[in-house]
Amino acid sequence: MSNAAAARRWWTAWDERTMRLRALVRKEFLQILRDPSSIAIAFLLPAVLLLLFGYGVSLDAEHVPIAVVVDRADADAAGFTGALQQSRYFTVWPMSSMVEAEKAMRERRVDAIVYLRANFARQRRGGGAAIQVLLNGVDANTARLVSGYLEGAWQKWLRQSTQGAISTFDPPVLVHERVWFNSELRSRNFLVPGLIAIIMTLIGALLTALVMAREWERGTMEALLSTPTAVAEILLGKLIPYFLLGTGGMALSVVMAVWLFEVPLRGSPILLFTASSLFLFGALGMGMLISIVAKNQFVAGQVAIIVTFLPAFLLSGFLFDIASMPAFIRALTHILPARYFVAILQTLFLAGNVRSVLVPNGLALLGMAIFFLGLSRWKSRKRLE
Amino acid sequence: MTPSALATPSGGAPEEAILDFRRVHKTFGGGKRRIPALRGVNLQARRGRITGLIGPDGAGKTTLLRLAAGLLEPDEGTILALGMDATTESLAVQSILGYMPQRFGLYEDLTVGENLNLYADLQRVPRADRAERYRELMHMTALAPFMDRLAGKLSGGMKQKLGLACTLIRSPRLLLLDEPTVGVDPVSRRELWEIVNRLVHKEGVSAFVSTLYLDEAEHCHEVVILHEGEVLGQDAPAAFSTALRGRAWTVQIAGRKPRSIQSRLAGASGVVDAVVQGERVRLVLEEGADPRIVGASAGLDGVEFTSVPPRFEDGFIDLLRKRIAPANGSRSLERSTLDAPPIQDASAPRSENRAAIEVHNLERRFGDFYAVKNLTFSVERGEVFGLLGANGAGKSTTFRMLCGLLSPSGGSLSVAGVDTRKAAAAARARLGYMSQKFSLYGNLSVAQNLHFFSSAYGLSGSRRAARLAWALEQFQLTPYADASSSELPLGYKQRLALACALMHEPDILFLDEPTSGVDPLARREFWQRINELAERSVTVLVTTHFMEEAEYCDRLAIMASGQLLALGSPSDIKRRAATPRCPEPDMEEAFIYLIENDSKRGAGP
Repeated sequence: MSNAAAARRWWTAWDERTMRLRALVRKEFLQILRDPSSIAIAFLLPAVLLLLFGYGVSLDAEHVPIAVVVDRADADAAGFTGALQQSRYFTVWPMSSMVEAEKAMRERRVDAIVYLRANFARQRRGGGAAIQVLLNGVDANTARLVSGYLEGAWQKWLRQSTQGAISTFDPPVLVHERVWFNSELRSRNFLVPGLIAIIMTLIGALLTALVMAREWERGTMEALLSTPTAVAEILLGKLIPYFLLGTGGMALSVVMAVWLFEVPLRGSPILLFTASSLFLFGALGMGMLISIVAKNQFVAGQVAIIVTFLPAFLLSGFLFDIASMPAFIRALTHILPARYFVAILQTLFLAGNVRSVLVPNGLALLGMAIFFLGLSRWKSRKRLE
Repeated sequence: MTPSALATPSGGAPEEAILDFRRVHKTFGGGKRRIPALRGVNLQARRGRITGLIGPDGAGKTTLLRLAAGLLEPDEGTILALGMDATTESLAVQSILGYMPQRFGLYEDLTVGENLNLYADLQRVPRADRAERYRELMHMTALAPFMDRLAGKLSGGMKQKLGLACTLIRSPRLLLLDEPTVGVDPVSRRELWEIVNRLVHKEGVSAFVSTLYLDEAEHCHEVVILHEGEVLGQDAPAAFSTALRGRAWTVQIAGRKPRSIQSRLAGASGVVDAVVQGERVRLVLEEGADPRIVGASAGLDGVEFTSVPPRFEDGFIDLLRKRIAPANGSRSLERSTLDAPPIQDASAPRSENRAAIEVHNLERRFGDFYAVKNLTFSVERGEVFGLLGANGAGKSTTFRMLCGLLSPSGGSLSVAGVDTRKAAAAARARLGYMSQKFSLYGNLSVAQNLHFFSSAYGLSGSRRAARLAWALEQFQLTPYADASSSELPLGYKQRLALACALMHEPDILFLDEPTSGVDPLARREFWQRINELAERSVTVLVTTHFMEEAEYCDRLAIMASGQLLALGSPSDIKRRAATPRCPEPDMEEAFIYLIENDSKRGAGP
């Protein structure tokens, strides 16, 4: 009897709770629909960032302008110049003198100079030909890439040109390279999955921080708190709509990645969804935590960008390799949820369901989601202070 | 609800009190910057009555209401709302009270109906009861035709009523309203009070309403006066004034401007308060003071003093004055000593016959919306000219055009003989501007602010030094010279802002809502300074939403939807609004009459 009464009481309480929660979620969706800024953050921003990074930013060096100076134009020199011209990595600018080439380098019209001396053909036949390569080292990264490409082109040309002739050049070891996971070595394949993590950080943290701050700023939070609505209901009322919105943004990003940028998705979509949900919960929790500290939209926006977006951009391994960072910074990356998510995304897209990567990183995300959501629940009280 | 129980003054049995504060302390901040908001507040609000909480900005009204709604925790003391502890049982309290925060708590991107639905869900109003309840509320607030309009697109008065409707969605037993009438035009103010009255009388709701406006005390059964976190008094509104019976007088001298009489009397000994009221000056004297002796000491011999019944405001000022005078002498309204006129000599020959400000057929469009249309008026030198109107009437737009901050779309205007459209900078050098927000640099000290503004107006060397010394002395800011201006009390900020606007000795002074948020004493002091400036031929153009302040103006322009509704002296305007039903309207009644008459005309064929 009393059990039944207790059950009924529980049910009424549940009914009231869900009524309030539904009302809050519905309100949030109406606001999202009417305020284009949150839609823009959820859908336009991912699209723009993906287009920008997918098409605009590339870590590969292609069509690098190089100057080729040939002291004596003979068949060998022409052959090597021709080989360079055929490579997609270079755009060749033949120049008549080193003076001219150096001038071009100083004016940044070319990134490298290849100098074939007058004795080039003779030396080659003697077996010890040398070319001079001058690199513009201002951009160390490109310089290293160009140096590598030139080296490769040089070796390839040497091999090809000697095959027809007498086999004086017979290297003892032949290196057959095979690139795994990203066989075309397209940096886009590597950037786009990482970018999705950055976008999710932005949607999750920025959006919740902003909309919570908006409620404080417009005085509606005060009105909400003065109703018998519980704190957990208010938090859930934000969490649910922005989780759905974030998932929508995620889906859009994945679709764009696969169909537009032709990034392979080798892992399971279900695992992808699970990992992104875990990550999104952590990001949403972070956004809520920010809005507890910053109660106006401007400050909330600034804080969200500084503590979530920037570190995720720089330290998640999306763009800069974590292993090559100094030990202190490397340690710091462990507190970023984006780091784990980038690892998961790159694995799921390019390698597949690699359990030994997915499980530890997934657990880290779970821990972070629990930490941030728990902390924001604990920190938000039904008070205005 | 027996009448006898209601008639007893404060200190009744605790179960009668629907809201009960006992020795409540509340302090904000920590460390060095602890700001006490409430200091040992005791008060009781009675069941089934309207209790008003009156006090200037910063008195602690909002803190008190938030404590009652369980949104803040007191440092000390207990708060009982409907017999429950508002702090420990806040959820239970919140389910039977209705609290409307200062900005109404509306979602501006939701429609009227969606706002109602949201609050109905949050307050668990059963679905079956909703249609009926909505109908009642919409009827009461006259919002029925706007159910599908976004709340953000409603006027200030309509937002206020929607906020109230959302608060009332589950017939609360205790209604807490935080400054519901601030920023709302007089017509909407009156309507709000009618609604609250009806709720209290018909539905047995108890209401606790905070307000800045002293004249709203008359709508309350009981009034609590809060000042700097302390309760100065709690009683029926009439009780505050009856104590002053026989101390309120009016005086009138034919052929003399009431303003100059007022400024003579305001500082005289034995005078608690002196304000301009139409063509008369209203006086409140100290206990036992004889008006004839007071008059003689102020140099007004043989004038007729008429005894008048005291008002609530007199009691309020008397209480505040008693409170403040012993603590802070400089705050009292001593006749300030503007002996040597540092401001230009009034007799200096300077385009005497030209009006200081001339506006002809001025108009300003934003898209196809006319913010100002067909505006024509002129202001003489040395005149105090008031610009009155509800929010959105076009006051600020007019103001900005006069200052040369906004270019008009049509018409002509000249300020100090200069067309501001052509030579805005030249005109600006001769005018001083004080904005509503005071526009001070909060992290600069008082002296640095004065220094900056005088430099901005091109003062330098010994002239700047002289003006700085003048400002510090004249506005009694010397003790604060090195204090950072953000930490000044509001009244002092206002003084500093005025001083900044006067550094370059302008001929014309523009004041945009100069007294909003400032307590009544500081407001009186402010007007006294303005009067003195006007006596020395400075032209003053002022906007205000305090209707009683319109009385200080020589002439007024009342604006509504961008157009001039009425132009004339305060008494002219009141005369025009006189009806058989209301033969002697006060400024607010006149304003409401004119606005309503206008909208009737607008609605007609």
